[in-house]
Amino acid sequence: MSLMDEYNPLQGKMFRVLNPDGTLQPGTSPPVDDQETLRLFQKMLLVRLADQRCLSLQRQGRFGTYAPIWGQEACQIGSVFVLKRGDWVIPAFREIGATLMMGVPLKTYLLYWMGNEMGSRAPDGINVLPVSIPVGTHMLHAVGTAWASRYKGDKEIALTFFGDGATSKGDFHEAMNFAGVFKTPTIFFCQNNQFAISVPRSLQTASATIAQKAIAYGFDGIQVDGNDLFAVIVATREAAEKARAGQGPTLIEGVTFRFGPHTTADDPTKYRTEKDIEPWKPLDPLVRLRLYLKGKNLWSEKIEERMTEEAQKEIDEAVKEAEAVPVPAVEDIFRYVFAEMTPPLKEQLGYLKATLK
Amino acid sequence: MARLNMVEALNMALREEMERNNRIVILGEDVGKEGGVFRVTDGLQQKFGADRVIDTPLAESGIVGVALGMALNGLRPVAEIQFEGFLYPCLDQISNHLGRMRNRSRGRFTCPVVIRFPYGGGIHAPEHHSDSPEAILAHIPGIKVVIPSTPYEAKGLLLSCLRDPDPVLFMEPKRIYRAIREEVPEGDDAIPLGKAKVVQEGKDVTVIAYGAMVREVVSASEKLKGEASLEIIDLRTISPMDVDAMVASIRKTGRGVVVHEAPKTCGLGAEIIALINEKALFSLQAPIERVTGFDIPVPLMKSEHYYLPNPERIVSAVKKVMSA
Repeated sequence: MSLMDEYNPLQGKMFRVLNPDGTLQPGTSPPVDDQETLRLFQKMLLVRLADQRCLSLQRQGRFGTYAPIWGQEACQIGSVFVLKRGDWVIPAFREIGATLMMGVPLKTYLLYWMGNEMGSRAPDGINVLPVSIPVGTHMLHAVGTAWASRYKGDKEIALTFFGDGATSKGDFHEAMNFAGVFKTPTIFFCQNNQFAISVPRSLQTASATIAQKAIAYGFDGIQVDGNDLFAVIVATREAAEKARAGQGPTLIEGVTFRFGPHTTADDPTKYRTEKDIEPWKPLDPLVRLRLYLKGKNLWSEKIEERMTEEAQKEIDEAVKEAEAVPVPAVEDIFRYVFAEMTPPLKEQLGYLKATLK
Repeated sequence: MARLNMVEALNMALREEMERNNRIVILGEDVGKEGGVFRVTDGLQQKFGADRVIDTPLAESGIVGVALGMALNGLRPVAEIQFEGFLYPCLDQISNHLGRMRNRSRGRFTCPVVIRFPYGGGIHAPEHHSDSPEAILAHIPGIKVVIPSTPYEAKGLLLSCLRDPDPVLFMEPKRIYRAIREEVPEGDDAIPLGKAKVVQEGKDVTVIAYGAMVREVVSASEKLKGEASLEIIDLRTISPMDVDAMVASIRKTGRGVVVHEAPKTCGLGAEIIALINEKALFSLQAPIERVTGFDIPVPLMKSEHYYLPNPERIVSAVKKVMSA
């Protein structure tokens, strides 16, 4: 029986490999070897620390409004881990983990939140779209890019991230429906982090799970423990293999929790208490992986200290580089609107430049 | 040379360009088997297959959003929206994504999508089938808006849209889909975007129009024979507009009338007059007149004739600017 059959969402089972105490579910094995696990742990740690730095940069006025990942690292690191070069990632706006995992430099990511559009320009060959702030609208792009791959005879697939709130949007329905009808090689990865700003998951949908919505669109859905790196890897790998084999899309619901605010402009104490957060703390994806690694004698405080030190150094460097990027030239806000600047834009730029003299 | 109506000319442009470029795909509601409700894509699915001429689910935002994704990954999608009244759900995709992607990604990702849709009144259609939303679209950065006025123009302009590196909204005046026949050559006869056309030279009044209104202006001009000589400008591209062509004509005639069927307030006419005031105010001998629709929903067929600009209203506007 395939994983997707075994965890048919209508049966209400959530797929998990790694237990909160760091042990493995009976009958399961880790999808990656020890060294790889350690590397992924290191990546998750880097992402968490970079995220914390972003928050503090915002507090210091060196960053614009920022949407932190804190708690959702396994969803993003685990899923992007199985992608190949050339695959497409179509993010929402909380995807620092996925973006870095795809190979976008941290400096570039920081630039965006510092208010420079160059931060949305992924390096050539890395197909990460700019963040999508209008909720759910970007999911259609993951259908189109994947469809184009197949049309051209390429093997690339598309993976899009969105939250539980996005599943209420019309474009969620349209994207899922198109993907189902045309069997596009798309992976829909819902990070169900329990809240859309202040509105809880229970007010977004009466469905028992988000994963089960896939059934109505005629393709597989699976609910995974989104704080379990291994479960995310296994489920996404299966979805990716299916997609590459021409067997169509998959909806993965990663059950996770946003420990931080929606964005730096949000005050989560307005809508949830410490009591709501408490049960999620032991489910923290890093805590769990740490326990697993410790059980295998692959982790010690000393190792993590070293990793932390390395990560902080990398982050320091990226922040320094990003902050050293000069304010863009005035031409830049006009130059990229069209392939060739139109006469009205040329005129408006000329006017603006004259006022700046 | 074949004498074609606009539907046939558009079909020819699509067919020829699809033969030249296998990255072009068409997607929309009823565009495949049915060939589109106005038959613009007639026979194309038979010729190019269902992979290239795609009947989609009934979901306009989906059509545009998916087309955008295809364009990001190297295709040149042509999305058809069945009527302008159903374009509104796509404004999210158009404004938030399509018009911004190149700029947001600093040139890394581009969306050469053409969105075709019929617009405008005058065919006794049901509600939501007679709007003229061009001003809404012209206000959105990063997209071009093109409106042909004859079969020949339709073919040439659509060819350019299909080769443009950026998103283009191609608005088809459904009222004259089949009303005009003219010679349309086979082969490459692209008309550049952003350039207006002087349909008729004249010396007394410049009349600026586009789409189905050009024909109304020509008809008004005939009524005015002996009384006034009109210089008729067909804008062709609504965004970006050919300001130079309009200004040059106003400098010559000193008088102007703008005609469009969209509502008056914040219509293209307002922008055109503002541009002329900025650049040629002192050439004007009279305030520019607007002949437009009204700030009301387009009436149903019994009252539609009250709404649409016609040669009589254009004639009286011309007389007004001439008497000033």
